[in-house]
Amino acid sequence: MTPIKRRDVLRISGGVAVSLTLLPKSAWADEPAMRKSIRDMFGDKPIQDGRVTLTIPTLSENGYSVSMNVEVESPMTENDYVTKLAIFSERNPIPLIAAYHFTPASGRARIASNIRLGGTQNVHAIAQMSDGSLWRASAKTFVTLAACVVL
Amino acid sequence: MIRAFGIIGIALLAGCSEKPVDEAAFGIAPENIRSGYEFLTAETQALQNDDFANPGLLWVQTGQGLFQDGGCAACHNDPGTEFRSVASTFPALDPQSGKLINLEGRINLCRTRHQSLPELPYESDDLLALTTFVKSRARGGTIDYQITDALQPHFAAGQNYFYSKRGQFNLSCNQCHDENAGAKMRGDTVSQGHINGFPAYRNDWQTLGSSHRRFEACDIAVRADPPALGSQTYLDLEVYLTARGNGLTSESPAIRR
Amino acid sequence: MRNIRLSVPDNAKSGDVIELKAMIRHDMESGYRVNIQGQTIARNILTFFECRFDDNVIFSADFHPGVSANPLLKFHMRAQKSGTLTFEWTEQTGQIFTKTAALAVLE
Repeated sequence: MTPIKRRDVLRISGGVAVSLTLLPKSAWADEPAMRKSIRDMFGDKPIQDGRVTLTIPTLSENGYSVSMNVEVESPMTENDYVTKLAIFSERNPIPLIAAYHFTPASGRARIASNIRLGGTQNVHAIAQMSDGSLWRASAKTFVTLAACVVL
Repeated sequence: MIRAFGIIGIALLAGCSEKPVDEAAFGIAPENIRSGYEFLTAETQALQNDDFANPGLLWVQTGQGLFQDGGCAACHNDPGTEFRSVASTFPALDPQSGKLINLEGRINLCRTRHQSLPELPYESDDLLALTTFVKSRARGGTIDYQITDALQPHFAAGQNYFYSKRGQFNLSCNQCHDENAGAKMRGDTVSQGHINGFPAYRNDWQTLGSSHRRFEACDIAVRADPPALGSQTYLDLEVYLTARGNGLTSESPAIRR
Repeated sequence: MRNIRLSVPDNAKSGDVIELKAMIRHDMESGYRVNIQGQTIARNILTFFECRFDDNVIFSADFHPGVSANPLLKFHMRAQKSGTLTFEWTEQTGQIFTKTAALAVLE
């Protein structure tokens, strides 16, 4: 077997670094399953940061019930409103947790709910506006490991 | 979705010292008594305090329906005030049989004696709902549970269970909940093991359960063979733990991890 | 019938954006848990929620196994006039659970 030379390692890692920088801006969705789930819902449209506020606890003591608040900035009029808000998990077996559909009659694009998270991770909220534009927010929560879990 | 994790942390506590049973009735000084609520994160506390979002209120609502439609209201006209002290009166001795009964047992006695109905099985949905509804009327009140001479043998038996080592981990209740309350075990903070929030909605269960179900979970966690829910052993333990929590606020239906 | 809890403000004025709250008793069995015999517990979740004012949809939601047991939802609507609010959950089995509430709006 030919030993790998230091020079080869550098060359390979250099290649990796270059390919990473060439990735499109949506590289924040590192997890392939989640990325596919987002693409299935929203296609390849660019997703911009902002207009969405996602609030989850920094520390979740039980992954079965994590309180979540999401609000999207929008006038919520007939001509300009939030049509859809979807929540994605990086580590759950099914990345899509829930999708909420608003109407101008909603008045305010804000929801509160409880979700399950299978471990410490980033959670992503993506909102689609009536003009088709996509906006997102992410938040990280540490899901602690319980001491005495008995099924 | 979420894997069940073992109990690595508990084994580390197994070498701790034992407290002699006769030394003191309780291992925590009255001024240091703290509800399980104080060991929760702010978000879990907020869920308990939210008079809509607290899922335990689903059982209160079901129980209220059973109470009104099931004939209970024929004798108990004013559930708002009549049950206000219920968290300080059970477990109690049934004057007729002399047997120790908790609130679940009292509800079943009502059914068999006054309604010619069969007993509801322990931890059944209807019994949990009725118990939680009645207990919820005592929510916010201070627990003041007196150990009468007649209750003393049950108190002593419960205390003995609390201080007895058991299971493959060879742990007694006091080793975690007196001596190591406040310490970290993996991501959890060990609580003092009070039952003032029960029946409580536990996120681990994703449902509501009785204090006896909580005892069973502890017994299984130390790899012991648990007695049955509603058994004399757990009733005696409930006597001891209710008295141990004197001064706490009744929180049922509380939220617990 | 499933236990459902609703919260609708009782003193809304026309034009107010009001908060509605809904919770239903449901295990939201994820399909990833195993029982004590080691067998997988079959998935059984609510998949859809809809809130209508009279016949108009105000808000709806698709649920997946990542939604907690006994799902809670807080959302909003613009109150215009008095009418009936219908809260409706659909289980994956096709079973539908519904509860209605009156909305009284001060003109």
